[in-house]
Amino acid sequence: MTVKAEGVSKRYFRKAGGANYFYAVQPVSLEIAPGGVTVLTGRSGSGKTTLLNMLCGLLRPSEGSVWYDGTDLYALDDKVLSRLRSGQIGIVPQGRSAVDTLTVLENILLPARLYRRPLPEAAAVQWMEKLGIAPLRDARPTELSGGELRRMAIVRALAQEPEVLFADEPTGDLDDENTRLVLSAFRDYAHEKEKAVFMVTHENDALQYADRVYRMDSGNITRQPG
Amino acid sequence: MNKLPLPLVNLLRKPGRTLALALLIAFLALAVFGGSVVVLSLRGGLQSLEARLGADIILVPSEAQSKVSFQNMFLQGTTGAFYMDASVLDKALEVEGVEKAAPQTFLASLKADCCSIKIQVIGIDPALDFTVQPWISRSLSREMGDMDVAVGCKVEADVGETIRVYDQRCKVTARLEPTGTGLDTAVYCNMDTMNTLLRAAEEKGVSHRIESGDSVISAVYVKVRDGADIDAVNSCLNGHIRKVTAVRTRSMITGVSDSLAGISRTVTILIAAVWVLAIVILLLTFVLIIRERSREFAVLRLAGASRGMLSRMVLRESALCGLLGGVAGTGLAALLLFPFAQLIESALNLPYLMPETGTVLLLAVGTVLLSVGVAALSSVTAAYRLSRVDPGTALREGN
Repeated sequence: MTVKAEGVSKRYFRKAGGANYFYAVQPVSLEIAPGGVTVLTGRSGSGKTTLLNMLCGLLRPSEGSVWYDGTDLYALDDKVLSRLRSGQIGIVPQGRSAVDTLTVLENILLPARLYRRPLPEAAAVQWMEKLGIAPLRDARPTELSGGELRRMAIVRALAQEPEVLFADEPTGDLDDENTRLVLSAFRDYAHEKEKAVFMVTHENDALQYADRVYRMDSGNITRQPG
Repeated sequence: MNKLPLPLVNLLRKPGRTLALALLIAFLALAVFGGSVVVLSLRGGLQSLEARLGADIILVPSEAQSKVSFQNMFLQGTTGAFYMDASVLDKALEVEGVEKAAPQTFLASLKADCCSIKIQVIGIDPALDFTVQPWISRSLSREMGDMDVAVGCKVEADVGETIRVYDQRCKVTARLEPTGTGLDTAVYCNMDTMNTLLRAAEEKGVSHRIESGDSVISAVYVKVRDGADIDAVNSCLNGHIRKVTAVRTRSMITGVSDSLAGISRTVTILIAAVWVLAIVILLLTFVLIIRERSREFAVLRLAGASRGMLSRMVLRESALCGLLGGVAGTGLAALLLFPFAQLIESALNLPYLMPETGTVLLLAVGTVLLSVGVAALSSVTAAYRLSRVDPGTALREGN
């Protein structure tokens, strides 16, 4: 599945200051192709997360469109868009993203459970082993460290085998060894399964796993050579 | 892995939150069910009293009102006795507008060796009686024979047993249905039995005779003909029969009815106040809970939950809390009301007749459904607000 953004921007209104609104993301056009890892870097507050949220269907753009293989993502109604997010779009958000009343394994299988699809338990266990959180399958999120929670969110996204995987600072809470594990898992997933991975990060290490690199600065995006 | 539906898992794994909500709703259910049962019981008691009195006017000796409070006799079963000549019955029947008249004779037993229990014995003429007899007939298909008695439901004697009144053995032939009034503590017999008991009481030194003759009665219950002016008949009776006072039964019931209306009003206002307060608290609680769980809901959104799914989940969770609280509150109210019905009755000092089982069950089911509905409705605003929140914004704000 190819994701295309055409003139996508996000504008927020503000009460103070000169202009009554500002652009968090200036109109952006880009393409995320399957079979590769696309990395978006940039300084904090440059609009990376806002762009990612717009690309994965979590945040409606102020202008422009996001196309998934010819389907306008924001023309879909909430029901269809949500179903798409539970299967074909994998999302690893920033920070904590767990339902505390569920165990680690239940959190991982949540997207399939919401739609009563067969639970991808085998894939979940395989990814948990790969990322070193297999012993935590029955633990509750409140018992996990930040790094473990982050890996749980990554496994949740990967276990559904999505067509496109979006990850926002996925290695933010991880040590070097786990960072390498996660980054190589993303690269392998994209290359071996012919899926698209889009990652927002300011980790320089991530660049060597990338097939395409974009840089964002004050809401403007530029493709980096290499 | 737990295969239960998510709303149930959320409730089970957050027992503190669930219990707090359920308790609040239980309080509501307790107020509604408990209050409704009390009000219905009071209404039932009043209706029963009206039906048992069944007469428009009661004739009693003039000095009777100073001797005993009629209201207490009927409501609490206070024992008391007063007598007048039996000819009052015939004189009453002569008055224009009187359709029916029936005598009753009262005798209070003693708390002494000669009597097994202290009770009010009421003698009736089954051929004439139109107040108590229809009620007795429901429990006793044949006529009461000599020394037979029918006992009110609160008299501690079973059918087949004998009770002693002034050393006379009376056989219990029927146990009457509850009325929720003082009539439940009385014992009923025919006039022949009553005369035997009166003679026996006199032999024990308890004098009942009056100067005018041997044949005595305590009261005459009068039914006024349809269309006749009850007040006019009442005045005629007062003028026509000497040393007798005619009392309108409505004036006796009015006091009870007024007290009942007052209590009903208070209970209704209390229930309404509890509901308004609880609904406001529930609304605020749900808004706060949803706010506290905004990040959890954002995670559910990015895992693929639609707005509708989230709203349904919140509604189901609150409805389940409502069900839990409703059942607990109704159950608790039942546990308090039914075993302590007699205590409530004596505390209220009013006729108190519990509704039938079917009505109570219907009320219980209604209360539980109401609790579920109110809980779900209280969370609607929160669920709606939740469904409007952008998951991207919620995730960012929750960080």
